[in-house]
Parts: sequence; structure tokens; C-alpha cells
Amino acid sequence: MAELVLEEPMEEARPALGATALRRLLRKRLAMVCLVVILVIYLAGILAPLVAPYGYNKQELDNAFAGPSLAHPLGTDRLGRDMLSRVIWASQTTVIISAAAICTGGLVLGVGLGLLAGYAGGWVDNLIMRVADAFFALPDILLLLLITATVRPRVEDLFDKFKSWPVAGGLVGAGAPDYFLVFGALALFGWVGIARLIRSQVLSLRESDYVLAARASGASMGRILARHLLPNVGNIIIVSVTFSLGAMAGTEIMLSWLGIGITYPHPSFGGMIYDGSELSSLRAHPHLLLVPATVVALLLFAFNLLGDALNDVLSPRRR
Amino acid sequence: MQGILPFAVRRLVWAPFVLLVVSLATFALGRFGPGDPVETLQGQYHNPEVVERIRHERGLDDPFFVQYGRYMWDVAHGDLGTSFTYTGVPVKDIIFEKMWVTIQYNLVALLIIFAIGIPAGIWAALKQGTWQDPLTISTFLFFRSVPVLVIIPVLQFIFALKLGWLPSGGWVERDILGLKIGILDKRIIMPILALSLPGIAGVARLMRALTLQVLDEDFVRTARAKGLREVVVISRHVARNALLPMTTIVGFALVGLLGGSLFVESLFGIPGIGQFTWKAVLNSDYDVIMAVTLITATAFIVANLVTDIVYGFIDPRVRLGGGGPRY
Repeated sequence: MAELVLEEPMEEARPALGATALRRLLRKRLAMVCLVVILVIYLAGILAPLVAPYGYNKQELDNAFAGPSLAHPLGTDRLGRDMLSRVIWASQTTVIISAAAICTGGLVLGVGLGLLAGYAGGWVDNLIMRVADAFFALPDILLLLLITATVRPRVEDLFDKFKSWPVAGGLVGAGAPDYFLVFGALALFGWVGIARLIRSQVLSLRESDYVLAARASGASMGRILARHLLPNVGNIIIVSVTFSLGAMAGTEIMLSWLGIGITYPHPSFGGMIYDGSELSSLRAHPHLLLVPATVVALLLFAFNLLGDALNDVLSPRRR
Repeated sequence: MQGILPFAVRRLVWAPFVLLVVSLATFALGRFGPGDPVETLQGQYHNPEVVERIRHERGLDDPFFVQYGRYMWDVAHGDLGTSFTYTGVPVKDIIFEKMWVTIQYNLVALLIIFAIGIPAGIWAALKQGTWQDPLTISTFLFFRSVPVLVIIPVLQFIFALKLGWLPSGGWVERDILGLKIGILDKRIIMPILALSLPGIAGVARLMRALTLQVLDEDFVRTARAKGLREVVVISRHVARNALLPMTTIVGFALVGLLGGSLFVESLFGIPGIGQFTWKAVLNSDYDVIMAVTLITATAFIVANLVTDIVYGFIDPRVRLGGGGPRY
């Protein structure tokens, strides 16, 4: 979403046989490496309570700013908290938020509205695409700032009502309102790119013979969208979800860097990078920046490379 | 070429609608948000009567739509409102000064993006099938993937702290022919680097794809067949044709750079529009936020429109607009 529109236009993706595409993907060693990197970071994030050697807030004040050691492989920060554990917990934050935002904003809103706009045409298409334009025309960081700042007190009020409930209360204490806010803001923007891609593909698909045949045999619009068009844009969905997951993670990091994403006491990459990049800290303890920066760089780079590889594999007409 | 005029008109009709949605959303978010600019202005121990008076003078106690209508009416008459934090200064007096700062180094960054991206894209296309092609593209892709707020401290760490070549930030203006120019100082090298590195990947990939398309054309084969040197074939026949669609993304690229400016400016201490906007958000300086949003959105819509139209002229095969059956 925060991207320039500099991407080369995605080729019309022809449905390749799933198995052929998979085999071609498996042959790309770089893509496999990327997949492994992503899986490792995601698994570490999801299984954080099991994998992380320490809690994210476990302080050892007499061992602050320590370098790598056996007990703390990546050193400790200014409060003596284990950097490895904090990175693992921070990836949990990123994973939860980007995955949730993609599932709702990207897959439901983006795919749904893209299909609808492309197939229905006319004023429906115009309305959807102009709203998309409005989202696109806004400086997204600015709007995200405004939204999270404006809506936060309201969401917190709402969640406060559940505080006394048994399970939900624990969630609220664990910072659920923060997650909800950032995820909501991201989802609100996440649909635009995917919807545009799908729409342009559907524009040409809807003229194809099989759609005509379906329409002639009296299939309803919902059926045509779900049974005939959706499977044929599957390739585009896979590719753009891969890219978007990376972009969402990047935006989440920006928001928490600006101090409006996930806040204390939960660790987040943005917050860690912010703490590490003050010049005084950078001079004396560069590992405070380099550890989270390396993980972020690896994760986002892997998403982009994997997206490229998938794009190659799934659109056979491109060489 | 017939399709273009009605298409342009159709888009122009929609443009005010987009601006309206954008402005209403921003206005509502500002007004209903937490934080009160008057209280920010008056400090923690403010006199309620004074606050009330200022609110009345600025019309903040009117109904929402009255406020919105008044603001838009003023905008239509060239008045972008008054800043709260810079007490009483008209927004347009500050905002264009700040924008000038940002635009200066953004333009330089844009130039660098194209100056590196275009040759890199052509080179990658020519080396297709070898290891140089993916390596070139992935290198630039790396800088695109990593958020700018990671790139900047790493650059500062390397060039300012370890090597000591460049100062870690700042903005020094010189007076040249009455214009305040800030890009002639070595302080600006790192900000420009940080801003342009992520942009190169997009241009390089697009250029690569365009070049590959042109390389397949018959006229390239003809040029080679008649014995032209490869340099001439590439520069005269391939590059020139591939560059044509490239012209359409310049506008987008510039508008896109503005987003990164927020981080660049706060980390390098450059008094530009990005930092200014961020402060305005923190202080709920409504009119400044509105003005920035409106200007950016207008710029984006114009860039969008120009791009579509130019693209239609360059390549008539592009289908314009979505509605109706396929022609």
C-alpha cells in the first residue's frame, strides 16, 4: 500500500497447472531460501511463548548493554532484556497484525471489491474505483496517523467494557486494543492495491467465452464471480498477497516507530529500531539497532524475492 | 485517439468527488480526534475563559458542517486557514516555504533514481539469462524492501559515526539569485541517498521489462541485421522506444517520495514539509493538516490524470476507463 506505482505491470496471469507451478517454484533455490526465512520468522513469532528463552520484559539491570554471550546470543538492551527474546516477541506482533490485515482487508475486501468492480462495470465500478483513488491519493502515513490517534480512545473505551470478562479481560490486558487499532487501520488501506489488480484482470476475463457460456446458461452473478472468475484470478491473489504481507509488515513497523502502533510494554520492531537509532546509542551500542534491523531487512527482502519468484512461476507467458 | 477526450472529462468530473471525500474524512478525523489545539497552545494551566474566547474567535464552537463549509469556502478563495502553533500565521505563508525545502531535495533524489534506474534496467535486460540480471535487480530490490527508517540510521552509523565523512544531519541554506538553496551542502548527501535508494528498484524493473519487450521487436532485428553496432542499436532503437512509457511514472514517483520525507526529515533534522506535518498532527493543528492533505491529494489526482492521458496518447491500445462492454 505504501508503494509507488512503479511496479512493472503484472502480466496477465494464465492459470498454470498447480503442480507444474509448484515444481517450477521448487527449482528456484533463492525462492526456497526466502520461503524458509519467512517460515522461520513466522513460526518463531507464532510460537514465541515456547521458543523465546526469556520473557520480553525480563530485566537484568546488572547485565545491561551486554554483547553476545551464551546466555544471551544477541546481547541485551539498556534494561538488560534479552535481545533474541525481544526480537522473537516483536515478530509475533508483526505476524499477527500483517496476517490479520491481509485476511480481512486484502482477501475479503480487496478480492471482493475487485471482482465486483471488474464484473459489474458501470457506476458500481466507477464508485468503487473512485473510492480506491481517494484512498490512494491520501498520504497514507498521514491518514494512518490521524485514524489511530482519533479512534484510539474510542476503541479503548469499547474494550474497557470487556475488562471484567474472563477470557476477553486477559486479552485487553495483553494489549488487544492496540492490535485491533493497527490492524484495522492497515486493513482499511490494504484492499486498494489488490482490488485494482483483480479488477483489471476481471475486465478482460469477463469477455471470455466461458463466462459468456455461464451467463447464457443462466448462472447468477454471484455464481459467475465465485465459480468462474475467482479461480482464474487465483494466481494474482497469491502473488499480491505475498507482496502485501511484506508491505503490511513494513507499514506496521513504521507505525510503531512513530509511536502509534503497538506500544509499551510489548516489543515491536519499530519501537526497537527507534530506541536503537538515537545517535548516542548508535555510537556506543550499535547492536541495539543492528539486531532488529537485520531481522526486518531479511523478512521484507524475503517477501519481495518470493513474490517475484511466484510471479515468474505463475505467469508462464513472461520470461 | 477518440477515446481520450471523453475519458479525460469523465476523470475530471470525478476528481472533485475524490477531493471532497478526502477533505471531509480528514476534517472529521481532525475535529473528532483527541487533543484540542487551543489547549495545546495555552499549556497545561490555561485560563478557561481565554480558551473559550479563542475557540469562539476561531469558530471552533460552531456545528461541524458549518466549520467544514467555511473552511472549504476559504480554500476555494485561496485561503488555507491559520496555524495554531505558529500563532496566527496564515498556513499558506509557512507551507510553501516548507514545501520548497522538501521539493528541492526530492527533485534531486528523483533525478538520481532515474539516472541509476534506467541504465540499470537496460543492463539487466541485456544480461537476461545470466547471473548479472537477477543480481542487479535483487540488489536494488533489497533497498526497496528495507524500510527507510532502517536505512537511515545504518547510513548514519556508517558514514557519520564510523567513517566520519559526513555530518549526521542538518540543513544549511545558501542564497543564490534570491532563492534559498539547501542542496549545495554535503549535509544533504545522506538524506538524498536514503530517499533515492528505495526508489531505484521500481524504475529499474520497469525499464527492464520495457526493454525486454522492445528487444523482441522486428525493427531491432532489422537494425542488427543491417550491421549497426550494438551500442547504436541499444541507444537509438531500443532505449528510445523503451523510454517512452517511462515518462508516465515521473509524476507518481515524485508524489511517492513525499511519503518517505517524513522519516528522512525527522531523522536528519531537515525543516521540510514532512517534519512540519508530523508536528501538526502531534499538536492537532487542524488547518495545517487539512492544507497538506488537500495539496498532496490534488497533486496525486493531477499526476494520475496526466499519467492516464499521456499513456493513452503514447499507446492507444490501452483501454481507457472500465464501464460498458468491451469495444
